Amino acid sequence: MRNLIDLEKKINSELTTKINKTKIRHNQIYIEIDKEDLIDVLLFIKTNKDTKFRQLIDITVVDYPEESQRFKIVYLLLSHEFNQRLIISYFINENEVISSITSIFPSANWMEREVFDMYGVNFKDHPDLRRILTDYGFEGHPLRKDFPLTGHIESRYSEEQKKVINEPVKLEQNYRNFDYESPWEGTKYIKEQTKTDDKKN
Amino acid sequence: MTKKIKNLNLNFGPQHPAAHGVLRLILELDGEVVEKADPHIGLLHRGTEKLIENKTYMQAVPYFDRLDYVAPMNQEHAFALAVEKILGIDVPIRAQYIRVMFCEIGRILSHILNVTTQALDVGALTPSLWGFEERETLMTFYERASGSRLHANYFRAGGVHQDLPVGLERDILKFCETFPKVIDDLENLLTDNRIFKQRNVDIGVVTKEDALDYSFSGVMIRGSGVPWDLRKSQPYDCYDQLEFKIPVGKNGDCYDRYLCRIEEMKESVFIIKQCLAKMEKGPIKTFDGKISPPSKKEIKQSMEALIHHFKLFTEGYRVPEDEIYTAVEAPKGEFGVYLISDGSSKPYKCKIRAPGFSHLQSMDYLIKGHMLADVPAVLGSLDIVFGEVDR
Repeated sequence: MRNLIDLEKKINSELTTKINKTKIRHNQIYIEIDKEDLIDVLLFIKTNKDTKFRQLIDITVVDYPEESQRFKIVYLLLSHEFNQRLIISYFINENEVISSITSIFPSANWMEREVFDMYGVNFKDHPDLRRILTDYGFEGHPLRKDFPLTGHIESRYSEEQKKVINEPVKLEQNYRNFDYESPWEGTKYIKEQTKTDDKKN
Repeated sequence: MTKKIKNLNLNFGPQHPAAHGVLRLILELDGEVVEKADPHIGLLHRGTEKLIENKTYMQAVPYFDRLDYVAPMNQEHAFALAVEKILGIDVPIRAQYIRVMFCEIGRILSHILNVTTQALDVGALTPSLWGFEERETLMTFYERASGSRLHANYFRAGGVHQDLPVGLERDILKFCETFPKVIDDLENLLTDNRIFKQRNVDIGVVTKEDALDYSFSGVMIRGSGVPWDLRKSQPYDCYDQLEFKIPVGKNGDCYDRYLCRIEEMKESVFIIKQCLAKMEKGPIKTFDGKISPPSKKEIKQSMEALIHHFKLFTEGYRVPEDEIYTAVEAPKGEFGVYLISDGSSKPYKCKIRAPGFSHLQSMDYLIKGHMLADVPAVLGSLDIVFGEVDR
């Protein structure tokens, strides 16, 4: 499809039951689907002659720790033929396992490994699900919002043991996160206070 | 009597001059033929994405210099464009030309490094000596514009940090006159060189289909004959007002990729010349006081400017809630930033899409069945820089 609106219509009509929401913004199409329909949707948009999203650009996750469905899985795709970009996303719970798409896009292999490493999302049927970016023997998933910026362990060379050892992080001063919310709008606790006061009155 | 022969496992790197950084490649060898390659990456992982989530938009820029550290400004460009698109601000035309010009300088920087070190890996020392001299000149241009040879921190959402110093434009133009001669000299040494060709022709062949499947971009996909360049297909800044050609390879081997890089450098020189000719005096960043900091002079006279300055350098500017993916054609391929803002002054999520990551992933596919001696050649032509692969 030459134009984004036509493409949106096409996807919506061909995959009616599988698409939850579509929108066009910044010259890209954003599609929300259900977890179960991932393979079908990807196969369709990869092979259909009007879409031809042949290239997987990246897979990533957004972490919303407060939501009931914590992770938003995002697939970025590109169609060389029609020069269009597509963003597919769906939400999952923390311990859910999702299907790997390595059989459709071979390049998904490392991208899924990275997602597994950084967010601890598990993939079904992945040929080789190992950690990729973090150190051998690393524990935890660094890009989760509840993982501290400083991490949990620090490494140093120990003169006594003559090897590199890991120790828990000890900081002289904690990492400070300032509340920059504009004082004209009031800081968070004042806002909450005024809200409860308003309700009382 | 039959003897059982076991394949040999070989550790290539992480300290190996041809590993181009900290790559640990575990090779399974049958005699001298590589059966399997398993790259172990992450030895340079610094948690860039996590750090960016904890910094304001302005503080995030320097992290982009440290990704692909041989062409720093190209990375900054992707981030600046993403923020600009969300904020919906326009960039003054002079700033656009300055940014494009420095991106092309970055492209030359990266390609010189790649072409010459690849030659070094397959046995030619001289090109690197000649090429690095030119890189030094280019890095002084970086320094004169931004104050730093490598970690420039020069691009901002809405323009660039400061205007070019007096005389820089003239010197860049002078460089553009002399540099093509150096490319010709390099080509004299390499293009028809018997040894260089023996080591590169028909090595690491990528077909069109596989280039798509493995998410290749940049020279890796163009070397296989796909005329795909984001500067042409999805032009950003002022690329649509400039004339340039996209060199495309035919066979998809290491040698074609080398030729593509050489041709791209020539095109880059051509683009820089156009930028210099079209550049006129004018503003270099947006006038929006809520995004770009006021000048020193203004701060001393205006209370409002002082407040803006204070707010911008403590809290930073706020970016409305949005989600965007922006990509630029970095020297190594498609470099993208997937940015999610939540209305505060820090990005909620900033995923960096590095071209080298998908290129290195295909190492196993590329090297299977080749000889051990071809590993450095293939690795060299992938153009891997660990800053961006490991992030």
